[in-house]
Amino acid sequence: MNVPLYEKIWMWASGLLIIAFLTTIVVGVAGSSLQPPSHVETIDPTKVWNDPRFAKRGATVDDHGATVVLIAMMFAFQPAEMHVPANKPVTFRLTSADVVHGFEIVGTNGNTMVVPGYVSQFTTTFRTPGEYLIVCNEYCGLSHHLMSAKLFVDAEGARP
Amino acid sequence: MTRSDRLSLAHLWVAIAAFGVASAMALMQALSRASLDLPFRTAKMYYLSVTAHGVLMALVFTTFFIMAFGYVVVSRTLDQEPTGMPLAWAGYWIALVGTLMAALTVLSGKATVLYTFYPPLQAHPAFYIGLTLVIVGSWCWSIVMLLSYRTWRASRPDRPAPLPMHGMIATVIVWLIATIGVAAEVLFQLIPWSLGWTKTVDPVLARMLFWYFGHPLVYFWLLPAYVLWYTVLPKVVGGKLFSDPLARLVFVMFILFSTPVGFHHQFMDPGVSAGWKLLHTFLTFAILFPSFITAFTVTASMEVGGRAQGATGLVDWIGKLPWRDPLFSSVALSMILFAIGGIGGAINASFGMNAVVHNTAFIQGHFHLTVGSAVALTFMGAAYWLLPRLTGRELELSLLARVQPYLWFIGMMLFSISNHLTGLMGMPRRIYDASYGGSTIAAGWRGLTGLSAIGGVFLFASAAFFMLVMLGTGLAGKRVTPQRVEWAEPLHPVAPGRGWFDRYWVWAAVAVVLVLVAYAYPLWMHLQMPRYGSPGFKPF
Repeated sequence: MNVPLYEKIWMWASGLLIIAFLTTIVVGVAGSSLQPPSHVETIDPTKVWNDPRFAKRGATVDDHGATVVLIAMMFAFQPAEMHVPANKPVTFRLTSADVVHGFEIVGTNGNTMVVPGYVSQFTTTFRTPGEYLIVCNEYCGLSHHLMSAKLFVDAEGARP
Repeated sequence: MTRSDRLSLAHLWVAIAAFGVASAMALMQALSRASLDLPFRTAKMYYLSVTAHGVLMALVFTTFFIMAFGYVVVSRTLDQEPTGMPLAWAGYWIALVGTLMAALTVLSGKATVLYTFYPPLQAHPAFYIGLTLVIVGSWCWSIVMLLSYRTWRASRPDRPAPLPMHGMIATVIVWLIATIGVAAEVLFQLIPWSLGWTKTVDPVLARMLFWYFGHPLVYFWLLPAYVLWYTVLPKVVGGKLFSDPLARLVFVMFILFSTPVGFHHQFMDPGVSAGWKLLHTFLTFAILFPSFITAFTVTASMEVGGRAQGATGLVDWIGKLPWRDPLFSSVALSMILFAIGGIGGAINASFGMNAVVHNTAFIQGHFHLTVGSAVALTFMGAAYWLLPRLTGRELELSLLARVQPYLWFIGMMLFSISNHLTGLMGMPRRIYDASYGGSTIAAGWRGLTGLSAIGGVFLFASAAFFMLVMLGTGLAGKRVTPQRVEWAEPLHPVAPGRGWFDRYWVWAAVAVVLVLVAYAYPLWMHLQMPRYGSPGFKPF
């Protein structure tokens, strides 16, 4: 195929740009184990309230960080408020009692789908103490826009 | 009017009608997001109209327009009637009945599940059956397209397909591979479940099947737009196609890479492991390449046109282009919008970075630049060019037609940029109201939602102008001898024989292999897992 010189240059440049994009992703994965929430664990969606994994909901804080267990339902998160420490790893574990929901901590990259029958899990660290808004970002019914919760990130030394 | 043109026109009018209804709904949505209290504004009405807008724009307007254009390509490049006219008409009626079924179910409030219809949200069975019929109708079209090519080739075994037909064959192959996913989801999961024959469905399996279909769907929309960019636009600007073989390569690459990328819509999903998501990320970035080539080749073709009009400087050819021609301005403006949308797409596809934008307003900002501009604005421009040539009527209200693409551009910039920004600030997409009980964080989105609403008003005005021109031309346009549908000549003479790019069976087979690499193992693994189904919910 006879490709004109300028287009050849353009094609090489495009190829290199794509390789550069992919390199940033590979560096993120290899260097900082940056990856989307991809936990694989199943649960009976009709029995989530009785499942031992979701019996104790809310934040459990220890010296190493915190674990937050939540159930998403139409049209609320259970619990609706939680406290976690700043600068320590926080692991969120979620499932849905009904339809597909989203769980997004506004202003951060904390974001996951919450799908009935599955357990979502991701770990993140909050550097900035303060109040965060959590919203459902997947349409789940007519009151979808009301489905939200509050996350308080407490500075070190503040109440646990 | 020829029998073939009557067939094309029948499809075109359905596309235009769907566009008109869907545009009217969009205005209300944009205003609602800005918390403008209109008398008919309720959450029920909002989510119902989001569903209708998505289904009518993304599935009905696009599919019917593409079918119409496919038949034009057959009749005007192969110089023959589509092979299998009864099947073509059967496809039209099946798809039309399906459209009416799905649309009426949505409008009656029994299917407010949005156009992605993720279970366990459960719509009335008529919604799923209607959508299935639309797909079945499009399959009839696909078969007619392939049969027409075979008829043509039988008497010209050594000639490559004309470039527009090459692009449409690629479109058909992408579509046939892609629709397997949604057909499996709807036929085996959703229809039996909505009829009560089965009790539960696995929502992650449904999402895997939906997005197996959902991303190549994007290229099903885009490829016919690219056909117009490559093979009509250079002619309109008085130039020539810069490179015929590269255009063929581009369409072949879309056959290969359109489908094995669906997990990039599921980055945030549980139940799909990160390694497979990463593989789909790599394949997704591969598909940027043919669009980069397209940007160069189409722009270079425009430059050839500008220089043919006497331009000699570095950039003065841009001024020589026919900016008052609605087809040209539509395509040129849609290319600018698509460039922004394409960069946003690379962000969406970036594995880790996706978490910042997933399901935020950034996404609706993104796809209104891609399908809502690159595709929809190109199709509108093409309708100004096509309708007079099919009906033999002069374009009415041509001043409105001339202004319309610019209004769309302004509206889309306002709408889309503001949604990208609110998305980065964390505002979710698809919400009736963005106040979150007076949250101060949500209050920070207010100014930009207002800007987005102003964009919506511009877009609505633009859509209304388009509808007026279409209806005016169709009903009252002065009858004249129709101009011919003409295609661009390549700048350099093309090798006469068939080459590698014309071996569609080979490329389709390679595409299937790539699909198997990307999907067979994760799907099989998924089915091995102990899974629990979900019963249906109708919270609408």
